[in-house]
Amino acid sequence: MKTFEYTPATEIGEAVGALGPDAAFLAGGTNLVDLMKLGVATPDTLVDINRLPLRDVEELPGGGLRIGAGVRNSDLAAHPVVRRDFPVLSQALLAGASGQLRNMATTGGNLLQRTRCRYFMDMTKPCNKHEPGTGCPAREGDHRNLAILGASEHCVATHPSDMAVALAALDATVHVTGPVGDRTVLFGDLHRLPGDTPHIDTTLEHGELITGVDLPAPSRNSAYRKARDRASYAFAVGSVAAVLDTAEGRIENVRIAWGAVAHKPWRATRAEEALRGQAPTRENFLAAADAELAAAEPLRDNGFKLALLRNMTATVLEGLA
Amino acid sequence: MTSTVENTVGRPLGRIEGPAKVTGEALYAAEYPVKDVTYAWVVQSPVPRGTLNAVVVDPLTEDDDVLAVLWHGNAPGLEDAGDPELAVLQSDRISYRGQAVALVVARTLEAARRAALEVRLDIAAEPHDALLRADHPELYTPEKVNPDFPAESRIGDVDAALAAAPVTVDVRYETPALHNNPMEPHATIAVWEGDDLLLYDSNQHGPGVAGTVAAAFGLTPDRVHVINEHVGGGFGSKGTARPNAVLAALAAKVVGRPVKLALPRQALFSMVGYRTPTMQHIRLGAERDGRLTAVSHEAVEQTSQLFEFAEQTTTITRHMYAAANRYTGHKLVRLDVPTPRWMRAPGEAPGMVGLECAMDELAERLGLDPIELRVRNEPDAEPESGVPFSSRHYVECLREGARRFGWAGREHRPRLRREGDWLIGTGVAGASYPTMAQPSTARVTLGADGTASVAIAASDIGTGARTILTQIAADELGLPASDIRMRIGDSTLPMASVAGGSSGSASWGWAVTEACRELRRTGRSEVTFDTSELIAQQEKDGKHAFGAHFAEVRVDTVTGEVRVSRMLGVFAAGRILNPRTARSQFLGGMTMGMGMALHEEGVLDSRTGDWVNHDLAEYHVPVHADIENIEAVWLEEHDADVNPMGSKGIGEIGIVGSPAAIVNAVWHATGVRVRDLPVRLDKLLPHL
Amino acid sequence: MKLAVNGVEHTLDIDPRTTLLDALREHLHLTGAKKGCDHGQCGACTVLLDGRRVNSCLVLAISQQDAEVTTIEGLSPHPLQEAFQEHDGFQCGYCTPGQICSAAGMLDEAAKGWPSAATPAGEEPTLSDAEIRERMSGNLCRCGAYANMVPAIAEVAGR
Repeated sequence: MKTFEYTPATEIGEAVGALGPDAAFLAGGTNLVDLMKLGVATPDTLVDINRLPLRDVEELPGGGLRIGAGVRNSDLAAHPVVRRDFPVLSQALLAGASGQLRNMATTGGNLLQRTRCRYFMDMTKPCNKHEPGTGCPAREGDHRNLAILGASEHCVATHPSDMAVALAALDATVHVTGPVGDRTVLFGDLHRLPGDTPHIDTTLEHGELITGVDLPAPSRNSAYRKARDRASYAFAVGSVAAVLDTAEGRIENVRIAWGAVAHKPWRATRAEEALRGQAPTRENFLAAADAELAAAEPLRDNGFKLALLRNMTATVLEGLA
Repeated sequence: MTSTVENTVGRPLGRIEGPAKVTGEALYAAEYPVKDVTYAWVVQSPVPRGTLNAVVVDPLTEDDDVLAVLWHGNAPGLEDAGDPELAVLQSDRISYRGQAVALVVARTLEAARRAALEVRLDIAAEPHDALLRADHPELYTPEKVNPDFPAESRIGDVDAALAAAPVTVDVRYETPALHNNPMEPHATIAVWEGDDLLLYDSNQHGPGVAGTVAAAFGLTPDRVHVINEHVGGGFGSKGTARPNAVLAALAAKVVGRPVKLALPRQALFSMVGYRTPTMQHIRLGAERDGRLTAVSHEAVEQTSQLFEFAEQTTTITRHMYAAANRYTGHKLVRLDVPTPRWMRAPGEAPGMVGLECAMDELAERLGLDPIELRVRNEPDAEPESGVPFSSRHYVECLREGARRFGWAGREHRPRLRREGDWLIGTGVAGASYPTMAQPSTARVTLGADGTASVAIAASDIGTGARTILTQIAADELGLPASDIRMRIGDSTLPMASVAGGSSGSASWGWAVTEACRELRRTGRSEVTFDTSELIAQQEKDGKHAFGAHFAEVRVDTVTGEVRVSRMLGVFAAGRILNPRTARSQFLGGMTMGMGMALHEEGVLDSRTGDWVNHDLAEYHVPVHADIENIEAVWLEEHDADVNPMGSKGIGEIGIVGSPAAIVNAVWHATGVRVRDLPVRLDKLLPHL
Repeated sequence: MKLAVNGVEHTLDIDPRTTLLDALREHLHLTGAKKGCDHGQCGACTVLLDGRRVNSCLVLAISQQDAEVTTIEGLSPHPLQEAFQEHDGFQCGYCTPGQICSAAGMLDEAAKGWPSAATPAGEEPTLSDAEIRERMSGNLCRCGAYANMVPAIAEVAGR
């Protein structure tokens, strides 16, 4: 690990102002400290934001929820309003990592965690995320758990979060503060596809800090399902977050997001379009998943994800119908 | 000494070191307080083959705390210790990716780690070949396979018998590279006191490590003192000295201070051995009643450029089932990869996947109960050597397991049980492991207060050895266990064999037994007994433990995920010395067997020659949630031919056959034969 | 820096890079917390930080000057230690302090009514075997002593 200066911040303005060009915010540390040990992250300054007043979950008028960026994953998953009004979020959080890691990891940090691509996690290997232009060995190498959607020739990494998939399906908005002031980012605009700049994960500017996430009105009829290679404590091989509201036998509102298929939590908008106004039948759910998967470009060893996502999407929606 | 003290052997005595382990007081290698200790970090080769021209340490980034950067250009010379992987920092030759090419020593752990990342290596890389293929042009048949078996065995005419057989199975099974991954990574603290070397080292064989490290430094073995009082697992990977022991000693010599080297988890994947991947070809020929006429089992495996490690994958087939025509063989290829080494039940564990899954396929062809198929092929004596079994209760294990598991009435055709989205199936497979003993020496000393002290350089890697040896000594001396002071985990104690090959209790217990008996016979207050002669006289063939594994799985038709609802192991493994620790060993082997069936795979990227999933987030071992209902039981068996305790080894048999039982259960649930392990969702989903 | 461990405040002169785990093991010689992976992937380093279980290998010591750290040494004596021995919930013992600290933290979480992935949707959790297994899944045991740890933990949970 490179040496760094450690600066605890107690005020948001101070934290943002203190962030030099090679500095990083330290929240739960579960991803950043890991990457620093590997030499993947090499900040010269760590601005510790754990003492910032970002630890509250507030109910908003209209039934929404404001989640402070410093709220720990375990606290959020156990929050009674989250469990009642946003079960997809509680379930996604509890499907991720371990009890210990959820006690440490924060809402903001979870969104900004980096890919688990095995080449990215190893500085002795080339990777366009380490250094653009060095190449993507995953395309021809080990990629069983990498992207089938939205990838580029430069990067086939996936976003590893479970929580973020739920937030994508919940139409969350993200509050950001930075050197040039505050702004709000639609959740779907927070993470990027790799394109030819795969080293950039999000649309945040350097120095910008996530302060919180807003959830709109409750999505009580929602669920998260995750497939993985062992029964617990494993990253997703594929996951589905879904919200479904039906009226008079027709789908009124449907929101679907997929995890472990792309560089960002993947909002399945084509599938949603295909379902709106339709009957909530397994046949329609499968057809909708197929509509979304039409754009998939699987690699040599990850084509199985198409069937996986197709099945899981239909089953999750059936469970909500 | 006549005594009314109740025997303790056979009773569930709690682990003697239990209090130390649950309070955190038990010290493992890297935890001994050593004054002025410094820290080392290994720099590993990023290429699988080439020449290291230079190691460059950039003076601008060099940390004040860095004491030395060692590489072959500046490291002191070592003698040949009989293991090319221990000739660390001695040559410019790079033979595998992950090989130690430099070592940073620093005052702090953080500085050592940082400098190791910063060191620049000037390497001339060469083209490499790290891909195991069944048709590799350089495959060859080794002279012997481990530990000392002929690579091939041939009886009768397999091809003719197969051609004539009314029912045949001809299948290929593959098992991946597997990594031992003990929870305690390999670690050493090296302390030189003049020309004497003290090593706190995590290993399965203190005297062996002492001898090997002494040889590397040109010392007599008595100059090296190895302490391994508590060892955080090994599973074969700590059976001999690993590079960490030699590197730490080398560095301590150079910097003139004690050096601590705890390997990072990632380094274990390449530096301490792994189970070779196997490609197996199994051919079975049978009469319509299921009696085998031909058994052929061939394995392709890999070894390294450094030396030949020839795993005994198909030797288990030599004694499992009767058949007049038989062939077993092994082929190796030398690749630019780390050398494979021992991992729990080396040979037997992967070999039994091929044999027992093929037997299941044969049962399917025949429309026969897979248990009945096995019963019909029970041999009278070892089928190849002709030597009678000292004891064999395989059929009894199958029958007892069937009774306990509820096998009766099983519909043998697949894919007939469905509950919601889950397909449910059951499977069975046999288990076997050789019963061995190796020479060891124990010293027993009677104290004036009537208590006894027993000393033997044995290693307790979690097996319960310390406890079991105490029980054996207590009974032989007629004392309560609390009156025995058991000293192990120190190479200066009387010589003991390795904690490996499921031979620890047999080997060490034998020495303790004989020492105690001689003490009682002679009335002396101290006796040292060496079992070398007794063991040399022993018949080696025909001695095996047996068992049967049963598994019930459910397969999610939505995702292809497999969950194991039930596992049962039934064993006939001689006299069980301590039912509490024995059960734990069986369950532990079975748990690792589940990992082998469903989770574990070392993924080698042949282009970089590297294990790309080299950590515990990506190399999956079973977690708590994977283990639902698992049980191990055993039959009463006392085999007086194997050793004076009548015990057989139990550390490994739990992983032999348990993966096959799960794979067979997956077939029974789904109708899908997955012939390359692990059975993961991507291999099932397309067929569900 | 100051670090409060097991009720004792220590003054340490350490590198900002030093993790809580390394501070405990290398500076305070509290070696009960183990290093199994150093990346939050095995749970052997689990300690309680202000009463909550965490992976101490991913915590920078310098960031914990206001915290109270409890390690296995500070947790002793605890009924889980007796139960682990009674049920033979370990073999090599290397993951054991982490398992016990994790179980202690987990029992508190369950007592607060926190759900887990094993909790059926819409229901309140009860500490079934399945719940214990899911909640303890952040602690690997390569010896495979899981089956014995679950009844040990259940016993302490009062089941």
